[in-house]
Amino acid sequence: MAEQMIMSGNEAIARGAYEAGVRLAAAYPGTPSTEILENVAQYEEIYSEWSPNEKVALEVGVGSSMAGARTLVAMKHVGINVAADPLFTLSYTGVGGGLILISADDPAMHSSQNEQDNRNYGKFAKIPVIEPSDSQEAKDFVSLALDLSEQFDTPVLYRTTTRISHSKSIVSLGERTVSGSEPQLEKNMPKYTMLPAFARQKHPLIEERIAKLKTYAETSSLNRVEMADTRIGVITNGITYQYVKDALPQASVLKLGLTYPLPEQLIRDFAAKVDKLYVIEELDPFFEEQIRVMGIKVDHGKDLFPICGEFSTQLIREKVEGSSAELQAAAEGLPARPPAFCPGCSHRGIFTILKKLKVFVSGDIGCYTLGALPPIQALHSCVCMGASISMAHGMSHVVPASDDLTQKTVAVIGDSTFFHSGMTGLLDAVYNKGSSVIMILDNRTTGMTGGQENPGTGKTLAGEDAIAADIPAMAKAFGIKDVVLVDPYNLQEIEDTLREELAKPELSVILVKAPCVLRYRISKPPLQVDPEKCTGCKRCLQVSCNALGLVEEGEKSYVQIDQNMCIGCSVCAQVCKFDAIS
Amino acid sequence: MKTTNILLAGVGGQGVLLASQILTSVAIAAGLDVKQSEVHGMSQRGGSVTSHVRFGERVYSPTIDDGKADVVLGFERLEALRNAHCVAPGGIIIYNTMRINPSTVASGVAEYPEGIEAGIEAYAKKVYAVDGLGLALQAGNARSANTVMVGAISRFLPLSEDLWAQQIRKILPAKLVDLNLKAFELGVQAVAN
Ligand code: SF4
Ligand code: SF4
Repeated sequence: MAEQMIMSGNEAIARGAYEAGVRLAAAYPGTPSTEILENVAQYEEIYSEWSPNEKVALEVGVGSSMAGARTLVAMKHVGINVAADPLFTLSYTGVGGGLILISADDPAMHSSQNEQDNRNYGKFAKIPVIEPSDSQEAKDFVSLALDLSEQFDTPVLYRTTTRISHSKSIVSLGERTVSGSEPQLEKNMPKYTMLPAFARQKHPLIEERIAKLKTYAETSSLNRVEMADTRIGVITNGITYQYVKDALPQASVLKLGLTYPLPEQLIRDFAAKVDKLYVIEELDPFFEEQIRVMGIKVDHGKDLFPICGEFSTQLIREKVEGSSAELQAAAEGLPARPPAFCPGCSHRGIFTILKKLKVFVSGDIGCYTLGALPPIQALHSCVCMGASISMAHGMSHVVPASDDLTQKTVAVIGDSTFFHSGMTGLLDAVYNKGSSVIMILDNRTTGMTGGQENPGTGKTLAGEDAIAADIPAMAKAFGIKDVVLVDPYNLQEIEDTLREELAKPELSVILVKAPCVLRYRISKPPLQVDPEKCTGCKRCLQVSCNALGLVEEGEKSYVQIDQNMCIGCSVCAQVCKFDAIS
Repeated sequence: MKTTNILLAGVGGQGVLLASQILTSVAIAAGLDVKQSEVHGMSQRGGSVTSHVRFGERVYSPTIDDGKADVVLGFERLEALRNAHCVAPGGIIIYNTMRINPSTVASGVAEYPEGIEAGIEAYAKKVYAVDGLGLALQAGNARSANTVMVGAISRFLPLSEDLWAQQIRKILPAKLVDLNLKAFELGVQAVAN
């Protein structure tokens, strides 16, 4: 018997890439996709890298595919927006070695800024979409998708959702097989050079390809009919298939693994066999609309099932059976337990001062986005990776100059996000004479996703030594005269520097450099509170460190520091007016 | 065989995922189909964490519906209460009495509630409160509280007794095995009566 292991969908995809003979994998980390590359990196046979952003990752993949190597590129759903530019033209060039692009979508936005359904990208870019429904399929479908990619000369959009990426189920392992010859370069201008003359010839071929894929979909093993009781028939996909099997064990199911283009005849036949046809899919009515356009009667779809958020077995049972189970009510009024800056995090002091100064903080994506949560609440915008600097630049040009600090903008951006797409914003701000203050919070890692390497860390994904990109030197090359350095654990220094830079009429760049305490396990002896001196004013609690806690003893209240959690950064001590913490 | 549903709930950094890993490995070693699901991303930074473990002959959904958990295993008392309503009629709740302040409490925005024990007891007929931290310290390390809780739940699961030690040996680094076997045993005893 094949060896069996319990794996998350992401681990299984990595294993699938190994078994299918993939030679190159590239990605930018992003939840829920991050562990795909972390696991691919365990296989020495595959060259794997963290690229600075998703567009670059896909372009690296395109190069590898052109050279004939099987290739995997992974990102979270919003990453596809960044990579969309090369993607749409890659649809035209087609591939050399098979190429799959993984889009890890996040229904319910467990850790994302929006909830887009990336199956739409498949239709938009006219490429096939494949969706696994558990870890075994997550592994097996990688090789099927690569075969499909090569057979139809197309990139394949391989879509997962958080529940596939992060849930674990049993997987039977196989061996690695490498098909085809060693990668080599072959010049083929009409195929790979998308000048208008060549691209025009390609478009009709792309339309033909979709037609051929439609025929293929009719008999593909990726789509499966499970006939049972014919009173209810369900067309579904991905993780929703599992919920349907639990909620409606008697129902007949058409499970789609190849979800674009759709197998029209298969759907027609299935619909004809059942009394009532349900289309059950998370997020957009992606199949439903197409099935309705085919003229097939859908009894229930988005009239019953929500477009927003994640599904569950319970939701499907309730919607189909029309009754809701009697449930015990959850306990009410409990204090929330949101994520917070780690004890000792270098971002804490920065936000403490930014809040004090009452400036508008143009935020970005990373741990520092936690600065928006109470009690700090000093991050006032966050749109997408790399947008903080450009947005602040835009503000600086329309808000009249004044001495009023509330009318001034400070952009905050982390090192990894700066390399992702903050650099171009900075260049723009310098070039177009911006006047905001930009703080680059360089903690030498990609903190939010768990501490991955980036071009500034001096290591590659494989753990090899690499350059450590020098941000001040880059800023200088962009034309910034002065980059001011600040110690994030010295509140006075942060405040003085910020006040000085905010008073200047021109653009300033402040580099805050201190390693992420979680990633680099940094720790000094913990501090303690003198209960005699502590007045219980709660001022230190405003820095939002989980190591701090208020103790109330009758009339008297004072703060205590959890000696297991505190790592002695001293930020709380600096805000204490009574000198009670040391 | 009916599917067994276990909901684990605690705080990021408490070892909820390691405990889930031990549970799933034991179920796999018993020859069962297993699914496990949690959502990570931000949980590392002191947020609430839940993990769903399901095993049986054939398991479909990786998540447990509200009101369907045979066992709610709480690693911290507030998190146990937060998830207590997920217990199935006739199911049990086992929880670690330890307190960890959420950031909302640490910052003085909210208060850590009183009367959590009574609150939890209202949700199930069988509730077991375990001094996870105390027993872990007795075993030799505060960090082994998660294994204490695994020991406690092991008494109630249809999985053969010898598989537990075997899987703990397999999963944990050699130097931590003895300590954790002791923590496991203390957990078993904690719910013995
Ligand atoms: S992971 Fe690092 S950067 Fe993020 S909050 Fe923790 S210490 Fe700060
Ligand atoms: S010194 Fe204060 S702010 Fe820093 S980790 Fe310790 S308790 Fe938290």
